[in-house]
Amino acid sequence: MTESNTAPIAVKADHLYKAFGRRPHEIVKKLKAGKNRDELSSLGVAAVIDASFEVKKGEIFVVMGLSGSGKSTLIRMLNGLWDTTSGTVTVGETNITDISAKELREVRRKSISMVFQHFALLPHRTVIDNVAYGLEIQGMGRDERLAKAQTIIDLVGLAGWAENLPSELSGGMQQRVGLGRALAADTDVLLMDEAFSALDPLIRREMQEQLIELQAALGKTIIFITHDLNEAMFLGDRIAVMRDGRIVQIGTPEEILTDPANDYVAQFVQDVDRARVLTAASVMEPVRSVITKTAGPRAALRTMRDLQTSVTFVLNRDRSFAGIVRDRDVLKLVKRGETDLRSIIRDDATAVLPDTALVDLVEPSVESELPIAVVDEKNRLLGVIPRVTLLAAIGNVTTNTGPLPVVMPPATISISQITDVLGESADDTHLATEGARA
Amino acid sequence: MTDFRLPLGSLVESFVDYITETFDFLFVFIRAVFDGAYESIEYVLGEPPFWAIMLVLGALAFGIRGWKFAVGTIVGLVVILGVDQWDNAMDTLALVLVASVLTIAISVPLGILAAKSNLASNIIRPVLDFMQTMPAFVYLIPALILFRVGVVPGIVATIIFAMAPGVRLTELGIRSVDKEVVEAGQAFGASPWRILRQIQLPLATPTIMAGINQVIMLSLSMVVIAGMVGAGGLGAEVVASLNRIDIALGFEAGLSVVILAIFLDRITASLGDTHSTGMFGSIRVVLRGRKQTDAAPSSVPALAPTQPARV
Ligand SMILES: Nc1ncnc2c1ncn2[C@@H]1O[C@H](COP(=O)(O)OP(=O)(O)OP(=O)(O)O)[C@@H](O)[C@H]1O
Ligand SMILES: [Mg+2]
Repeated sequence: MTESNTAPIAVKADHLYKAFGRRPHEIVKKLKAGKNRDELSSLGVAAVIDASFEVKKGEIFVVMGLSGSGKSTLIRMLNGLWDTTSGTVTVGETNITDISAKELREVRRKSISMVFQHFALLPHRTVIDNVAYGLEIQGMGRDERLAKAQTIIDLVGLAGWAENLPSELSGGMQQRVGLGRALAADTDVLLMDEAFSALDPLIRREMQEQLIELQAALGKTIIFITHDLNEAMFLGDRIAVMRDGRIVQIGTPEEILTDPANDYVAQFVQDVDRARVLTAASVMEPVRSVITKTAGPRAALRTMRDLQTSVTFVLNRDRSFAGIVRDRDVLKLVKRGETDLRSIIRDDATAVLPDTALVDLVEPSVESELPIAVVDEKNRLLGVIPRVTLLAAIGNVTTNTGPLPVVMPPATISISQITDVLGESADDTHLATEGARA
Repeated sequence: MTDFRLPLGSLVESFVDYITETFDFLFVFIRAVFDGAYESIEYVLGEPPFWAIMLVLGALAFGIRGWKFAVGTIVGLVVILGVDQWDNAMDTLALVLVASVLTIAISVPLGILAAKSNLASNIIRPVLDFMQTMPAFVYLIPALILFRVGVVPGIVATIIFAMAPGVRLTELGIRSVDKEVVEAGQAFGASPWRILRQIQLPLATPTIMAGINQVIMLSLSMVVIAGMVGAGGLGAEVVASLNRIDIALGFEAGLSVVILAIFLDRITASLGDTHSTGMFGSIRVVLRGRKQTDAAPSSVPALAPTQPARV
């Protein structure tokens, strides 16, 4: 899902405009001069206004917006099905805006294919002939293209249906054929215009998951159009939100959720299924209550007293996450005068990777009141997610307007008691004064 | 009354005169071609004994629609034979076939052109309206001058009169092919010609066939008018019976036209219907079935729409 900024650009849109009407160029000229779309409605429709973006190789780029916001118009300019009124489109290395019809066909054969909302299969051809269609146009021989189409048919889960007509298939299966046809053409870029919108929700989910698997396996660049925010959030590495022909924000799903560019986007995203989109990394809080394993029980207790929490995170010497200690246990240890924390470190705290979806954190957080640790692949502690933070994030309660009153399980033992214990056995006044100062 | 008079008629007259003189060679040529086409078809239909033709037409009827229609065809042809109109009917059939084939050869490409280009469509549409609503007799006059008495002016008038539905329904059929499917062809890099051949024409076939059916029916309705300018056949019989007020002859010739009309209508109607029964339909199904077993010998898919396995 993550790619470096140096990844090559697969598709580039540069200040695209598309207007319908008698004099589209005049509309675009006036738009550029600062008029807005509604003032020009007597001249025609400005369907896409000043759209610019770059899609990196191997990325899933989602364009999202309400009906009529210009998504289909935009995607049809990306493979030249519709001319741009102004602006240029670059596919791979080729600027497709000014090339001849013949060259454009060549680009479509080699570099960019498409999956359609209503499947657009050739109804008079069998599944396998449909899947092989792109190859046929590329000029591949019959035997070779049928063999290749057969492997694609198996890949999209239609084995055994090769010789049926599309009309004999269910909607979900027909769209698999549509997807198979685009995959068989083996172009780098796949355009998908509301490809799953005509499917019912369960099949749709399945297709989304399958698309992600395929994308991971084949490394295609996918430009996906949808009006469904949850779909956008689920599929998109980055999302462009369109409104009235303009792209109002481009960002990762989390950026769009947590930092909407304007009220429109904010309103748009307010009923998204946040638990599936937000990741541990986006809601975790910095770890404050942390000590190293070798620090000893007294240091642990002091940390907890100062931060008024009942738990503290323990790290190994290499900064990797070792576990959690609780104030009660530490207190006992200190009272007994022991100096080694190891015996009381609990390893039942949940540790998750930063890209875990919040929905997967709900269960551990219900089972245990301990905060969830977020660690990287090397098990280094990156942050923590207390239960309240998790609930606030899922419920879309603003967490960044100020510090929450309670972020960690509150202390279960009073400060004075701890201070007493520390003072009782204190042989280091330096520590005591430092504690008092805090 | 005023003296106001638009000299449209004389303008057209001098135009026709001009054409006649300047392009005389062209009309001689066209006349020869049409005449030749008609003569050869007429020869094929008229020369063999009646039972041979009956058998062939009956077999055709069986192949396209099944045995019921075959029986009906034979009965109809026997009636024509019984009222002593066989030779005339064959002449008329030849005339209709030649005129229809020529009309289709002109109107389908025009329809394609009109579907592909809005400009062409805007030009062709009013011309067709004009040609279809102008009384058919009017075409006969220049046709007679240009091609002289005989079968050719009849064919020409028929072509002009019958062309409209062929063009219109071809255009309609191609234009109403699902836009997304055409876009799919474009999106995968197919050339316009290839899209026409592999997507638009196959998907427009039912509509185009409806147009062809209309063309044939209109051609048949022109046989009487063609008979007036010397085309012979059943049309000439009807004209003769009108002149002589001969009810018996008129009915017999008229009935023969009706029988031919029904035969041609049913044949062409089922050509457009891809799900037709009859032998040709079964052949199509059998061919498709064989292709299936060739390509995928192992899998005989269940038709129940079960969800396929996930990848
Ligand atoms: N061929 C056309 N002629 C005139 N106006 C058009 C044409 N195609 C689209 N439009 C207009 O352009 C605007 C954007 O249409 P577009 O189809 O791109 O929207 P969309 O975001 O894809 O919507 P939907 O979700 O309904 O598919 C709409 O206002 C539409 O009416
Ligand atoms: Mg759309």
